[in-house]
Amino acid sequence: MPDGTALRLRDLHKKYTDVVAVDGIDLEVRAGECFGLVGPNGAGKTTTIEICEGLTAPDSGEVEVLGLRWNSHATTLRQRLGIQLQETQLSDKLTVVETLRMFRSFYPRGPAAEEVIAVVQLEEKRHARVMALSGGQKQRLALACALVGDPELLFLDEPTTGLDPQARRQLWELIEDFRRSGRTTLLTTHYMEEAERLCDRVAIVDHGKVIAMDSPGKLVASIGAGHVVEFPAADIPDAIDLDAIRAVEGVRDARAENGSVRVQVVDLQRVLPVLLEEVRRQGIPLTELRTHSATLEDVFVFLTGRHLRDE
Amino acid sequence: MNETRAAFAGHARARPSSGMGHPLVQLTLVRIREFTREPEAIFWAIFFPILLTAGLGIAFRSEPVDAVRVVTSDAAIAESLRRDPGLVVEHLDDATARAALRAGKAALLAAAGPDGTVVYRYDDTNPEGRTARMLADRAIQRGAGRVDPVPIGDELVREPGARYIDFLVPGLVGLGIMSNAIWGLGFSIVDSRRRKLMKRLVATPMPRSYYLMSFLLWRMVILVVEVGVPVGFGALAFDVPVRGRLLDLIVICVVASTAFSALALLIASRARTIEGVSGLMNFVQVPMWILSGVFFSAQRFPDFVQPLIGALPLTATIDALRAHMLEGATLVQLAPQLATLGAWLAVCFTLALKLFRWR
Repeated sequence: MPDGTALRLRDLHKKYTDVVAVDGIDLEVRAGECFGLVGPNGAGKTTTIEICEGLTAPDSGEVEVLGLRWNSHATTLRQRLGIQLQETQLSDKLTVVETLRMFRSFYPRGPAAEEVIAVVQLEEKRHARVMALSGGQKQRLALACALVGDPELLFLDEPTTGLDPQARRQLWELIEDFRRSGRTTLLTTHYMEEAERLCDRVAIVDHGKVIAMDSPGKLVASIGAGHVVEFPAADIPDAIDLDAIRAVEGVRDARAENGSVRVQVVDLQRVLPVLLEEVRRQGIPLTELRTHSATLEDVFVFLTGRHLRDE
Repeated sequence: MNETRAAFAGHARARPSSGMGHPLVQLTLVRIREFTREPEAIFWAIFFPILLTAGLGIAFRSEPVDAVRVVTSDAAIAESLRRDPGLVVEHLDDATARAALRAGKAALLAAAGPDGTVVYRYDDTNPEGRTARMLADRAIQRGAGRVDPVPIGDELVREPGARYIDFLVPGLVGLGIMSNAIWGLGFSIVDSRRRKLMKRLVATPMPRSYYLMSFLLWRMVILVVEVGVPVGFGALAFDVPVRGRLLDLIVICVVASTAFSALALLIASRARTIEGVSGLMNFVQVPMWILSGVFFSAQRFPDFVQPLIGALPLTATIDALRAHMLEGATLVQLAPQLATLGAWLAVCFTLALKLFRWR
């Protein structure tokens, strides 16, 4: 990659019979970075990553992977990419080492099956059948299958969906190790904390479009609110004067949704007393109050007015 | 973690992709492992044909024809009939004798008529009835003093090769080749598509033709067992002959298995669900179970459907196997059947490649 770009998408479009999955996506992934496509389910993340993986043909637009194109260099590309698909069920009756030997046989180079087993810490399960593995172990085996060809670019589609927190952290460490080895990762996730922890840059995708792209830190900073204050207001939704709350100095935005009020504030310590005074003045009975530092989740809410996990 | 990072960085260990590391070898090994680790598959592929052969072989064994049962209400007639060792005679009162005939417990009722005549009551559409008529008449005429003008001698020929079991074993071998190929390939292909495992494999540099070839190679390995077991069992338990050359038998089975595998690839080329592919597999196989002469000769069907029946791959397989095993036919003599199978192979494989859904 002479220009330091691992992946370049230009004006990508993909329509299925009844739904527009990708509606004009442009993005560049730099060599060596971990890039995240984040957004709710159905935003077009999987279609986008499968187009990058050469599994789905776009209706229009340009795809350049490692400086090559799918229609002219498919075999070369397949040898240089590592891929983990969402929800692949590997063969139940094979053991871990048999599965990896099979995948290893497809690639001209790469570590031996045993070495990759050590990398993903499945040594004790080497001869266990796939059906006997836990969800986290299966995902690590899937990651091992992606690593066995010694890829320059790794695609991970929802790598930790459905895993318990411990299994998720274990997988994050492996992905971080891969990134530290200097190679490129493109992952999709609808877990914002995953994107914040793993990704150098993220693109927030919604309805097939990139609605924001930057480092997680800069995206959070861009909404200008350091913290979010939330309190329930299910009983008296009409009585709340949101404009009055928005008028409080230091409040960036206030929204009522799902029976609670979310207020984005610049500085928690200065704004909170004033905000509480306003709440008291409006006669809202305060039964609960939560605050947290702003996250990518809040960025998504700020940009779309919706939560990521509103399904 | 240092070791981990070293493994991430320490790559590019070139490995020769020959021998055990060759993708085709690995894919075929996977097929064999998936098969042998499924106990039910082994049962249906290996033990079921043995049970079927043994069961049918015993049911239709060619033992000396069972003694024919006749009844009579007349003591003198009973006396004459008892002289024939081929008859089992019961002397009953008239009503019971008639009831025994109606119930099929006896094949013939010999009754005394007026003026010393004998009346035979029997069903002339039933071979056993006709046999009983001949035996009973001979016994009564001889009992009355008839002397046969020509002296005769019996020479019994119970030659392997002409019995029902000899007809059956090649039929079951052909049926086994077909159903194992179709069920085995159909299920594993659709299952791998349903699990998105196929899509994952397509995302690797694996040549797609290797994936399909691994199924054909796997069938070749299983073929040794699925043909060897019923043929060997037939030879050991029932003396079913294999009169042709062993090499020719191998060629017939390999060609047949490959043709059915290609048919299975075609059947499984689009289906996404096990239910969908099961229906298709039955739709393709059931007519052949009936028409291709597995259990009874296909010649029993009307003449105008014979060309159609002859064009079916299972008919070609079974005809070739019977001619080889029972008559010792050579490959040259079996060219028409092999050509039929070759045509099925070429057409199905070409169509399957065009239609195959890789995800």
